[in-house]
Amino acid sequence: MISTELIETAGYEIMKKAAIDIPEDYLDGIKATQKQEQNTLSGYVIKTMIDNYEAATEDRRPMCADTGLPRYYVKIGDNAPLRGGFTGIERALRSATARATADVPLRPNRVHPLWRTEHNNNVGINAPEIEWSFEPDVDWVDVTTVHKGGLFGTDYRMLFPGDGIDGIKRFFLDTMISFGKRGLCCQPAIVGIGIGGSKDTCMQLGKQAACLRSVGEPNPDLKIAELEQELMEMGNNIGMGPMGFVGSSMVVDCHIEVGYTHTGGMPVSVHTFCLSSRRATARLHADGSIEYRTDPKWFTPYMRRETVEWTS
Amino acid sequence: MDELKGDRQVSEELKEVNLQLPAIPEAIAALKPGNIVFLSGFVYTAREGVYDRILNDGGELPAGLTELSNVNFHCSPAASPQEDGSYAVGGVTATASFRFSKYMAQWLDLTQTKIVIGKGGMSKLDYETVFAPRGAIYLTTVGYGTGALLGRGVKGVKDVHWIDELGIAQAMWLFEVDKFGPFIVDSDLDGNSLFAQQGDLVNQNVEALYDGLKKPTLHRYGETDDRKDELM
Repeated sequence: MISTELIETAGYEIMKKAAIDIPEDYLDGIKATQKQEQNTLSGYVIKTMIDNYEAATEDRRPMCADTGLPRYYVKIGDNAPLRGGFTGIERALRSATARATADVPLRPNRVHPLWRTEHNNNVGINAPEIEWSFEPDVDWVDVTTVHKGGLFGTDYRMLFPGDGIDGIKRFFLDTMISFGKRGLCCQPAIVGIGIGGSKDTCMQLGKQAACLRSVGEPNPDLKIAELEQELMEMGNNIGMGPMGFVGSSMVVDCHIEVGYTHTGGMPVSVHTFCLSSRRATARLHADGSIEYRTDPKWFTPYMRRETVEWTS
Repeated sequence: MDELKGDRQVSEELKEVNLQLPAIPEAIAALKPGNIVFLSGFVYTAREGVYDRILNDGGELPAGLTELSNVNFHCSPAASPQEDGSYAVGGVTATASFRFSKYMAQWLDLTQTKIVIGKGGMSKLDYETVFAPRGAIYLTTVGYGTGALLGRGVKGVKDVHWIDELGIAQAMWLFEVDKFGPFIVDSDLDGNSLFAQQGDLVNQNVEALYDGLKKPTLHRYGETDDRKDELM
């Protein structure tokens, strides 16, 4: 049985894990960029960040004091034995957010957008966001939390079919250069790019591409995987490193996700998941056990299904 | 400042400096863009909430602040009130400073602050016209997410002001710190800026990156400040 109590336990644990422990895949990616980095200042910044990950894990304190906007991605198996309903899950994750904010402690970031009032617990109207997805033929529930900063490093542009891959490269460079200056997007980052869909799904896909795929995991479409590689190299050849210093460390990995779009358009969004890429996932099994990991495994073949029918 | 205890050359190009707070003018004058700095003493946080309260709404500075600390950190800590009335400080990270540019001249005059710490620096013009003439410099945090390392350097919360009115993120925190850092010197007393220098170097290569890429189908909002321009 997967009860709302179990969801709350898992939600609370992943809030802590995400805030404190850098995911192994991202750390490996950072160390790979560190090896390439020739510039002294940029190299010093990366070394300091690695020291910071170690200090966070040793002291059990958040790696970054900006909690970002903590949020959840929930994937529910068709056969998962839920108890407490879907609103029960939403209530449990709100409660987990509030408790983790007080206990870790996390900085309460969430305020009313107009009145700037807050509850000091990262909970409010439409906060934390919970995105839902489903998976055929399984009986588990995956809950992932992502803590991503929210001010800089994301942009959206409506391109057109005639703009082609060049247009995507142009927009990618514009975004990386403008948000890379002074390190506003806290690079080196995992860059997520959403291509297609409607405007809102384009944003959503890019955000999920940045936050919900492991470093080193290419898109299964080989031509898209090639473009990911090309854009990553392009980003690292801008001549910029962390904090906008001269260097070669901008992009730890580039992830592209696509959605079928309007025949006349090619919307593109670019998102940067920062030097404190915080994510953690819990799998809740039907027997009530919980497994923790750092790879969200969000983009399943079912998620990327092409047509009416699918094979799981 | 080789006579300052604990200074060392980290590498051929990077020099590390330990600064005792409140910082004395000679120590500040010796700092150059790109130096690595650690601080010991007292540091206070203030950002738009505090600035508005004091500079625009007629609030008063806490008694004794200017004597105790001349370092303003643009920061919101991850802190949580404990049952005994104290505060647990987890991580400490800076917030982007350029948003506070309009407050700085008045604030530096009022508080006699000589070191401002934050994320991403201010404009070179601010350094030349506001900071340097007042004997003040800017230190940037590293990375920018060194919340755990900076959290380690916070030895305690000496005081917190307006937490009920402004909330945890915007309140004024007075931290006692020891070997608090690392920070990188952005501006010096000549108005030089590390970010500006590095940005200029990066800019030299930027145009070439677009060589061979075809022109966009449409212009876009944001590429122009002229509201009469068409998208076509």
